[in-house]
Amino acid sequence: MMYDFFVDLFGNTVIAGIASGILMSLLPLFLFILPYALFAVLAERKVSAHMQDRLGPMRIGWHGWNQTIADIIKLIQKEDIVASDTDKPLFNFAPVLVFAGSYAAFAAIPFSSYYIGSEVDLGIFYIIAVTGLVVAGILMAGWASNNKYSLLGSMRSVAQIVSYEIPTMLVVLSLVMVSETMSLHTLSEMQTGYFWNWYIFGGPGFSLTKFLLIPSMLIGFIIIYISTLAEVNRVPFDIPEAESELVAGYHTEYSGMKFAMFFLAEYANMYAVSAIVAALFFGGYQSPVGYLGNLLGVEWLIPIEQFLWFAAKGLFFVFVQMWLRWTLPRLRVDQLMAVSWKYLIPIAFVNLIVIGFITLI
Amino acid sequence: MKEYFSNIYTALVTIFIGMKVTLKHLFVPSVTIQYPDVKPELPERERNRLYVNMDDCIGCDQCARACPVSCIQIETTKALPAEDLGKTSNGKKKALWVTGFTIDFSKCCYCQLCVFPCPTDCIYMTDVYEFSEYQRDDLIFDFVTLTPEERQQKRDNLAKFNAEKEAEKLKAAAESKPKIETEQKKDQPKE
Repeated sequence: MMYDFFVDLFGNTVIAGIASGILMSLLPLFLFILPYALFAVLAERKVSAHMQDRLGPMRIGWHGWNQTIADIIKLIQKEDIVASDTDKPLFNFAPVLVFAGSYAAFAAIPFSSYYIGSEVDLGIFYIIAVTGLVVAGILMAGWASNNKYSLLGSMRSVAQIVSYEIPTMLVVLSLVMVSETMSLHTLSEMQTGYFWNWYIFGGPGFSLTKFLLIPSMLIGFIIIYISTLAEVNRVPFDIPEAESELVAGYHTEYSGMKFAMFFLAEYANMYAVSAIVAALFFGGYQSPVGYLGNLLGVEWLIPIEQFLWFAAKGLFFVFVQMWLRWTLPRLRVDQLMAVSWKYLIPIAFVNLIVIGFITLI
Repeated sequence: MKEYFSNIYTALVTIFIGMKVTLKHLFVPSVTIQYPDVKPELPERERNRLYVNMDDCIGCDQCARACPVSCIQIETTKALPAEDLGKTSNGKKKALWVTGFTIDFSKCCYCQLCVFPCPTDCIYMTDVYEFSEYQRDDLIFDFVTLTPEERQQKRDNLAKFNAEKEAEKLKAAAESKPKIETEQKKDQPKE
């Protein structure tokens, strides 16, 4: 993938090998997740501020654009406090596990046709499985903290994530039925062309099934968006962190870089689920309107354009998550469970059956 | 069953209504004032830190008497007959050197009662409200324009003048009625 791209670009296999190796291992973390997290934290604060007619951070750099960099520097300098009654091995391991879980999901996300960390055939299956580590990490953090708020937060979080994984998986399953593949790369390739080939508009081809699929796909999109929102503990499903009730939930007892890792993992997760939604329903890295590279006849521009399209789609859904956060109040625990078990799961199931019948036609 | 679907409908519709509201506010100009850089416009007749224009002060002590918390301390020294202190801007004759005029802003309650009795309008409220200090003593503001040496000089001048006058009086008294001299001397320290 990346290697082929560099071979095409440089015409030299050695340079291509080195360059692709470095990029493959470092791109997700240093070229994407960290800058993205820095940007997203600032964007969250700016979006929330402007939605409340405030200005948000303004003092560090132009309109406060350096604010998160300053925050990270502060977090690095902070003392790493470990309370004496914590379960130390678990306490220290939990943030690593949470971060590893959300970071590992990026391995199978296709950023562009030439860049995908690992082109596994079971891409979407792998992502859903590996993000399960996050649940273990959160429960570990809450239990090891020896703090009632942390424990309550982590138990709520686990109950919530486990419940909401079911509708997510049912929707993913219905999409797998339509596309007959689990590889996100193949899935994105299938939605090539213009935006009417995206799965939200019934997928590629031009037949009766395409039009029959549109309502089901719309319902599927709404369900997966709501349930992934709950999986990353975002408002209105933020009862694990509920500031006004539980201090900060499972990361109450964490400070310094360990806290920063939870924070980073949360924002990385936000992008990961947005990327999955974009890849499944909105054509992945495919441009909706064609490529500038094709127009100009510059081959190497296309993968870069694809990367930008993918980043833009993901960031748009991250923005919608922020938008929802500053719109909706938090759900109660029973309401949270009712939304999942009484509404999302039955509808997702019916949707799955309907899509099954349509694909049979 | 009907309730089930109406629940879904209401939930989705109300979420979209809410999202429309927040999106609108995203583009509304913010109401924040960037305080230290941009200051809010104060209302008229705003009551903040006092200022005393010493050029106009005649040392009448009316502000100090009006003050409900006694935060104004005024010390005056009589001018010598030879000295001319000039007039205030509204034509009052100045007859006293104001050798002490301090306002303790840690006590001041910003009631503005000292401003009204002033016959020359020399004490008034300004729009300065940022004057916090680390030490309480730093909140005692001295408004006198004279240097400490000058103040001492005025006091000394008056004392010298009084002493001279007293000496003259005594001399005159001693010449006319020598008998009462001793009694007067006894009374002097009490004065």
